Amino acid sequence: MTHWIIAPVVLPAMLAPFIVLAARYHIGIQRVFSLAGVVALIAIAASLFVTVSDGTILLYQLGDWAAPFGIVLVGDRLSVLMVLLTAVLALFVLLYAIGSGWDDRGWHFHALFQFQLMGIMGAFLTGDLFNLFVFFEVMLIASYGLMIHAGGNDRLRAGVQYVLYNLLASTLFLFALGSLYAETGTLNMADLAVRADMIGADATVGIRVAAVLLLLVFAVKAALVPLHFWLPSSYAEAPGPVAALFAIMTKVGAYAMIRVYTLIFPPDLETTAGLYDVWLLPAALITVALGMIGILAAKKLDRLVAFAVIGSMGMVMVAISLTTPEGIAAALYYIVHSTLAGAALFLIVDLVKSNRASLTLTALPPVAGAALTSALFFAAAIAMTGLPPLSGFLGKLLILDAARDHTMNVTIWAVILCSSLIGIVGFSRAGSVVFWKAKSVAVDEQAEPTTSSNPLAYAAVGGLLALLVAHSVLGGYAQSFMTATAAQLFEPEPYISIVLETEGKLSAPDASEDH
Amino acid sequence: MEVLVASAVGILTAAGMYLVMRLRTFPVIMGISLLTYAVNVFLFASGRLTVGSAPILRDGVDVYADPVPQALVLTAIVISFGMTAVVVMISLGAYLGTNDDGVDDPPETDQEGEA
Repeated sequence: MTHWIIAPVVLPAMLAPFIVLAARYHIGIQRVFSLAGVVALIAIAASLFVTVSDGTILLYQLGDWAAPFGIVLVGDRLSVLMVLLTAVLALFVLLYAIGSGWDDRGWHFHALFQFQLMGIMGAFLTGDLFNLFVFFEVMLIASYGLMIHAGGNDRLRAGVQYVLYNLLASTLFLFALGSLYAETGTLNMADLAVRADMIGADATVGIRVAAVLLLLVFAVKAALVPLHFWLPSSYAEAPGPVAALFAIMTKVGAYAMIRVYTLIFPPDLETTAGLYDVWLLPAALITVALGMIGILAAKKLDRLVAFAVIGSMGMVMVAISLTTPEGIAAALYYIVHSTLAGAALFLIVDLVKSNRASLTLTALPPVAGAALTSALFFAAAIAMTGLPPLSGFLGKLLILDAARDHTMNVTIWAVILCSSLIGIVGFSRAGSVVFWKAKSVAVDEQAEPTTSSNPLAYAAVGGLLALLVAHSVLGGYAQSFMTATAAQLFEPEPYISIVLETEGKLSAPDASEDH
Repeated sequence: MEVLVASAVGILTAAGMYLVMRLRTFPVIMGISLLTYAVNVFLFASGRLTVGSAPILRDGVDVYADPVPQALVLTAIVISFGMTAVVVMISLGAYLGTNDDGVDDPPETDQEGEA
């Protein structure tokens, strides 16, 4: 049993109190430790990634208790992929936060950042549904602090909405867990998979209610229409780097949905049949359309990007609700793409904000340094709307291809293609108004940009875009890994048997004298 | 007893939902508190209702109470308590800053940004 799999949870959990207690007044030390921690996270995640990429499933029994009784962490391809994605995203977001000075505008940015990472990593790695709830809460309570970082009335107000909405979602999560436990008597995911399969056709009411409640909770996290209302104002009002980190939080909802609805309630399970075709797919299509129309309708750049995130989550949900291995593989490719693209866009919006009077989509006098910012915006917008040559195009192509044999293929193609066009128009309009229509008011040509003495911030955005380019250029490798991941998800027997049959101290009483 | 517990959960949930719809921070927070009480009782009931039975193994006992929901409820209570404290602080800050305790977006933000 390797202990490395718990390191992505333990490392930030140890680092955060250290930063609060020992480096409270020293932003320099905080930065060094936070960066070092994230770099170490990437190294750990990368080595785990290499380990699981051949199909190995890593199991970690906390306290050495065997599975249905103790909590387990499980690392398969999907979990470790998400962990690696989070760690890489965190590095660039942190570089940006340091470069732009956001981390110095309020208290405890780095500690909250590490706690947030701990929650996200734990949510990806855990193999127990109640533990997933706990890690959701860890992630959320840190995000509340980050969301209102640096204060301000608008931000606090958006923060209240965000916190209240998520508290309601957490309550719903508990209701879902209570119903699941009442029906099956377990909350371990592998054990749930076995027991959900054993429920007879005559007693499915309770488990169906539980499955729907759980889907609703994950839909809130993933900002699926009509549960998306928390996202636009909270992402728009959050500090730029925080909004960029939040790009992975919606993916936690998507991850949980993929995990639960391939493992516990697989598509061929009688009890939950119809959940995807009848409910999830239409909601996902409306999410795509609403996100893209929101891009066109938004009057401020930050809201525009928030709606782009909603639209891209809709794309992911469409791919998930196809419930085929091809669909899940396409969803995973698109998840990686949309996390990086969404984060890059939020950071670019923050760059625009730092030397522009407001983010409204009206022509304002040009500012120094706008050329580089607009080039970055151009590249990120191409990626986000799904134009060639960047990975958004490949991701949408994969999703369209996966939907080819679906009964609703015409509807899916029509919605995705039409709404993509609307999104392209929206982004073109925004980019033209903000960057091109800037009136040629006399500006001192040699003047240094007021706050753009932050090459590190630009480097962070450039790094994210470089990752997007790599995700496109190495699309073949990425796609074959995603296909292998989806194949692993659709054959859950190895996962279940490793989790349930590995012996802990409870199932080996003879070994008790050793302890 | 089932009727009593079920109606308690139902009434708490209904009252909580009604308060959450009030769109002012104080009633909404009260509503969320009621909802968390409801969900705590609900979690208890998910382990089946028994009176006076032992939660852990001992000799000469046939009927056991399920100990897992009790542990779950304990966790849920702690988390909801902490979350309520956080939301009270944030909404107090928002109220003192804007002199308005509404939960929805103020009208000018609606005109600026909402689709």
